[in-house]
Amino acid sequence: MSLDINITKRLGKFTLDVKFTAPNGVTAVFGRSGAGKTTLINAVAGLKEPDSGHITLDNTPLFDAAKHIKLPTHKRRMGYVFQDARLFPHMDVTQNLRFGLLHAPTGSTGPSLDEVANLLGLTDLLKRRPTDLSGGEKQRVALGRALLSRPKMLLMDEPLAALDGPRKDNILPYLERLKSGVTGLPILYVSHALDEIARLADQLVILSKGKIASSGSIFDVLADPAIVPLVGVRQAGAVLQAIVTEHGEDGISTLKTKAGTLELPGVAAGVGTLVRLHVLAQDVILSRKRPTGLSSVNILPVTVKSIRTGDGPGAAINLDVAGDQLLARVTARAVQDLDLATGLDCFAVIKATSIAATSIGR
Amino acid sequence: MMLDAASWDALRLSLLVACTATIAALPIALWVAWLLARRQFYGKALLSTLVHLPLVLPPVVTGYFLLMIFGRYGPIGSFLYDVFGITLAFRWTGAVLAAVIMGFPLMVRAMRLAIEAVDPKLEEAAATLGAKPASVFISITLPLIAPGILAGTIMGFAKAIGEFGATITFVANIPGQTQTLPSAIYSFLQIPGGEGRAIALVLLACVIAITAVALSEWLAQRVAKRIRGNEGDT
Repeated sequence: MSLDINITKRLGKFTLDVKFTAPNGVTAVFGRSGAGKTTLINAVAGLKEPDSGHITLDNTPLFDAAKHIKLPTHKRRMGYVFQDARLFPHMDVTQNLRFGLLHAPTGSTGPSLDEVANLLGLTDLLKRRPTDLSGGEKQRVALGRALLSRPKMLLMDEPLAALDGPRKDNILPYLERLKSGVTGLPILYVSHALDEIARLADQLVILSKGKIASSGSIFDVLADPAIVPLVGVRQAGAVLQAIVTEHGEDGISTLKTKAGTLELPGVAAGVGTLVRLHVLAQDVILSRKRPTGLSSVNILPVTVKSIRTGDGPGAAINLDVAGDQLLARVTARAVQDLDLATGLDCFAVIKATSIAATSIGR
Repeated sequence: MMLDAASWDALRLSLLVACTATIAALPIALWVAWLLARRQFYGKALLSTLVHLPLVLPPVVTGYFLLMIFGRYGPIGSFLYDVFGITLAFRWTGAVLAAVIMGFPLMVRAMRLAIEAVDPKLEEAAATLGAKPASVFISITLPLIAPGILAGTIMGFAKAIGEFGATITFVANIPGQTQTLPSAIYSFLQIPGGEGRAIALVLLACVIAITAVALSEWLAQRVAKRIRGNEGDT
């Protein structure tokens, strides 16, 4: 299953002009507010009509300006989870969920209401009204409702943006569960929070002022020094994969990356599971020699792949970690002092405490 | 309280006229309210003006226009007579038409406000779940605007019961045929010694009005309870 998008849409002075393919799995679209994320996802859902181009799901045209095809929203079968859950206020949770099931095409197969309620932890909420639900609960119901409409694809427009930190942590595991194959649905996930994207996405499209600035696998795009100005210095950081090998009694777990072991606190995943670590670029320190006498033991041998010096005093450096990638942000002065250059072998020190629990995901 | 035959006739006719007018106007008012609330089209301002005109015109003037247009020799009236053999002027059916025209703006107004209060985002969400437009209207829009429809219906009914000026101009005041409750009260007050009969009908009119309001309040509370949390999609 793949979604092929090639559209333009003018809104006043703003023009959305995008062309990309979302394959199976989770494709995230990152952009700051006003980048055109919602316009894009609404065009896919059929809530907004592009000016030109086409949108194709597998071989089914959803929209084609040249052929005057515009499949109405209710025929597109795009399960849409909105930022503001949009539960029907005159229905309780069961009725909201059943609304999706009721309008699913006849003969379609998929998880039952009970299965969805179990998956999303809704069994105790079924008789409640939307007004009696917390923000996170509402989003879980909205997600369940979308799943029960038996969609061909899921669209999510900042589903976590309205939630605070702990509530976010509460719902993210459900999204990860969804991703890990319970439904096998392709997901288009729009967000301006890179930590969510780093946890969930397989593919990443970076949207800036209506244009695609970068796209590709999540590991490649997030490790690309060129995206630092687009995502902001504080959010920039690559995703490293690691396997949990041991949980220590002191709360520190040992994880194995391709290039060496890391010791991290607050790892909830069981031994043997593959996890993703979102390592912020500003939390990576580079050293020419293997450092000793540091409080951090998370030192990985790396090779400099590319260096990007911007207009400011900072420089972003893409590092090869035995096949995986890291992104480091140092000062331009440090690049000179350390004689950093492409192909140079050095050591990356990762501050253990800098990897938050939320950025540890599958 | 004793009512004579003429009073009974007037009461029966008023209830018949008001019920018929309300039922006939309801679907059209809902449609017009939806057009005005949700659609952009050429002539929208004109439609809105036409609908609301009876609210600001003197009722007698509205009655005069009805007579001109729907009377035996009016453009629509003569057509109805020639093609269908229908006469509206000076018949109870004409009283229904007058009640529809006069109550229409009140019904449309209440329903339009209710429709405008429904967040279109909820209807969009329903469409993404696979609901056809008609299905969205029936299962989402209609339940959410139920209080507005109810309010509009009650207002229209009360207006139909009380309508006097346009009715008496269009269908006159023929006892047993076109004499509604207000017309009968007016007639009785013109006759020396008719105050007693007038007062009986005045009291009756008050009872009907109070019952209608009480009923609508009770229904509105039940509906509000059913759609508790009608605050959009927060």
